[in-house]
Amino acid sequence: MSHPLLSIQGLTKRYPGVVANSEVTFDIGEGEVHALLGENGAGKSTLVKAIYGLIRPNEGRMLWRGQPYAPGAPAQARATGVAMVFQHFSLFDAMDVAENVALGMDNPPPIRELAARIIEVSNTYGLPLDPGRMVGDLSAGERQRVEIIRCLLQNPQLLIMDEPTSVLTPQEVEILFRTLRQLRSEGKSILYISHKLEEIRALCENATVLRHGKVVGRADPRQESARSLAEMMVGQTLHVPSRRREAPGRPLLQVENLSLAPQTAFGTALKGVTLTVRAGEILGIGGVAGNGQDELLSALSGELRAAPSAIRMDGTPVGGYGPTARRAMGLLCAPEERLGHAAAPDMSLIENALLTGAWREKLVRNGFVNWTKARDFAEKVILRFDVRTPGSHVAARALSGGNLQKFVIGREILQRPSVLVVNQPTWGVDASAAAAIRQALLDLAQAGAALVVISQDLDELLEVADNFAALNGGRLSAPRPVPGLTMDQIGLMLGGAEGDSDVAA
Amino acid sequence: MLRLEKRPSPSQAWNYATPVLAVALTMVAGGLLFLALGKNPFEAIRLIFWDPLFSEQFGAYSRPQLLIKAGPLILIAVGLSIGFRAGIWNIGAEGQYIIGAMCAAAVALAFYPTESFLVFPLMIAAGAFGGWAWAMIPAILKTRFNTNEILVSLLLVYVAEKLLAAAATGFMRNPQGAGFPGSRNINAYGSASNMELIANTGLHWGGVAAFIAVIFAYVLLQRHILGFHVRLAGQAPRAAKFAGVAPARLVVMCLGLSGAFAGMAGMFEVSGPARLISIDFNAGYGFTAIIVAFLGRLHPVGILLAGFLLALTYIGGELAQFMLGIPGAAIQVFQGMLLFFLLALDILSNYRVRLALPAQKGEAR
Repeated sequence: MSHPLLSIQGLTKRYPGVVANSEVTFDIGEGEVHALLGENGAGKSTLVKAIYGLIRPNEGRMLWRGQPYAPGAPAQARATGVAMVFQHFSLFDAMDVAENVALGMDNPPPIRELAARIIEVSNTYGLPLDPGRMVGDLSAGERQRVEIIRCLLQNPQLLIMDEPTSVLTPQEVEILFRTLRQLRSEGKSILYISHKLEEIRALCENATVLRHGKVVGRADPRQESARSLAEMMVGQTLHVPSRRREAPGRPLLQVENLSLAPQTAFGTALKGVTLTVRAGEILGIGGVAGNGQDELLSALSGELRAAPSAIRMDGTPVGGYGPTARRAMGLLCAPEERLGHAAAPDMSLIENALLTGAWREKLVRNGFVNWTKARDFAEKVILRFDVRTPGSHVAARALSGGNLQKFVIGREILQRPSVLVVNQPTWGVDASAAAAIRQALLDLAQAGAALVVISQDLDELLEVADNFAALNGGRLSAPRPVPGLTMDQIGLMLGGAEGDSDVAA
Repeated sequence: MLRLEKRPSPSQAWNYATPVLAVALTMVAGGLLFLALGKNPFEAIRLIFWDPLFSEQFGAYSRPQLLIKAGPLILIAVGLSIGFRAGIWNIGAEGQYIIGAMCAAAVALAFYPTESFLVFPLMIAAGAFGGWAWAMIPAILKTRFNTNEILVSLLLVYVAEKLLAAAATGFMRNPQGAGFPGSRNINAYGSASNMELIANTGLHWGGVAAFIAVIFAYVLLQRHILGFHVRLAGQAPRAAKFAGVAPARLVVMCLGLSGAFAGMAGMFEVSGPARLISIDFNAGYGFTAIIVAFLGRLHPVGILLAGFLLALTYIGGELAQFMLGIPGAAIQVFQGMLLFFLLALDILSNYRVRLALPAQKGEAR
């Protein structure tokens, strides 16, 4: 009888106060692309870490081709034939590709030899990459290639991919899928973690669904609809965001010819950004990461100052104001980076509620903080946005990404903004939480606020936005109405093709 | 093999336990140091930590010394801790302490011998101003030219020491002092004198100020939005900017506050226990206060306790020098070890130490 490549049997991992994995059992066959599905906090990461030797399970065992497999460290997992591409890249900007690859290997060959092998592997798998380029100059998709090639050089039998497409453009996703299919045809197995259900349906032949650390379902994704997969994952019927579209009101946010020099060596300059958002309107801004999204948000939040008249709130020039003054006027923001930017990791949710809510929610009187009111506000956010946490006293970094994101977005929305700017509102957030966040954004627009949603997820933008514009190299294309916009036109806008007329023609 | 695993949130228990453990380890390592110097380690440790408080022979002299030494340490450390919380490293409190003392002394000498109840408050203001102004040098250089405040504040200590020497031998020298260096005895000038408030306790106005500073810092950090911004800037600078904290304003505030506190400590010292401006007026309080601030976990109440402990090592150290002939430098090493152990153990609050046995490697095959 033939053994599956990796058999996981009754795996249980407990942390103080929480069971991350409970009796998880499933098999990954040779040459199989196996999907691991689940909401944030369902235990996917814990499971994958156990397979990769980063943590040790409390109970249960794993078999590798029928032999006991219990890696004590990632090096051991790699020696067995397991490789992993992480969601967040571990690359050094100031080093070139070959050097970065060498850093992640257990026994790197001389750099010249390595460069030759990188070229060889990248050509074999259709992932063009120049080993001599600086990582700081690479796009997100190219950075991911560095990680993938680093893994492929070890000639793994099982490749684990954690949310690999969340940073890629549609074209890059296509390239990645071709590579993965080629790997499968060579008999290699892939454990694929994603919350993008359409991708899983296109790529995987088996899926294991986790909820609250337990396996709650197995399916052949090709036989299921995205909706049925999502409902299996969430354990309830899924709510599809909706709203009535109405004629937009007066312009609330006007940005005119906003230019800013880059803040760091690898930052992006903003070049003549111009946009108008009316009351009740959502402007979606697409583009690949690193094209000025962070800078645009910082310029709108007031962290970066601009010429006073470059940014107007309801007609008033606010470009020279700092974050506090802009907040007072009703211009609120939710940055992409949750830990360290939108929230302070080691501070409690109460303190993080105070972080932006201090003045608008009147949590401060005569300079003194009213901690009772701050706690009430934090608990209101937790309750209204279904933030899963043991309590408001918990440190922000203890929350899962999706829950913290719900807290961050909820914190701003409950302050009744007249203009809200969000960057990557559902990055790394599971399907049900993402739907809740999008619905909240739509409701806010419905109530008469003007919204700017910056995202790399095109589906998300097309779902919520009234108008679409693309950021490319710090330039913003002219916004176009979403209804009637085709994928080709969007592709051209993302690529930086200028001018409305020739795109429309 | 030992492995470090990051905790999901910092351990509160270790947060309280590390200072105690650090003191214990310092006693052990210090004992070994004294043993290497050929002294009886148990006797030395007893002399440093026990005898100053409880010995019948020395207690009467040492006990009041505790408040005298702890007062300036606590006052300076409280000021420093606020900056440290925000990630602003004022290492030059010693210099601000000297300049504060000189400004206060200048006021006293200018009014001498006029008796007025206004002189003493004016000296406090002058001391605070002097320390503040000296701290503004690194603050302005940092905000304008992005210099490193650690280097600038530290180097300014040596400039302050030169000024002190110039003052003691030149422009502040006692005209009736027969040419000896040192100013008039300010402690003996009634209106300017920082008297012991309760006999034989060592409590003078500086001790009172230290207690007020502890309460002030506690309220600021726990209750006031400025204190929140200070903590925020230290923990997550980018989030602080997002919250609307202007980094430059925070630098000026933190350095100014710690400078003013250090300057006040200098004022209470020069008008009290030190009595006058002399060449060796500064006794290293400004540097020891850094240890006090960290040993006290940058928390006002912790600093209060740590101030007393470090004061004890000062007094006990003198005692050990005098009784056992332990060199003065060994006492400084002893204090330094305390900071070293504390910072090294700090990792336990944020990381869990795991024992990964090599035997586990075999299982995989």
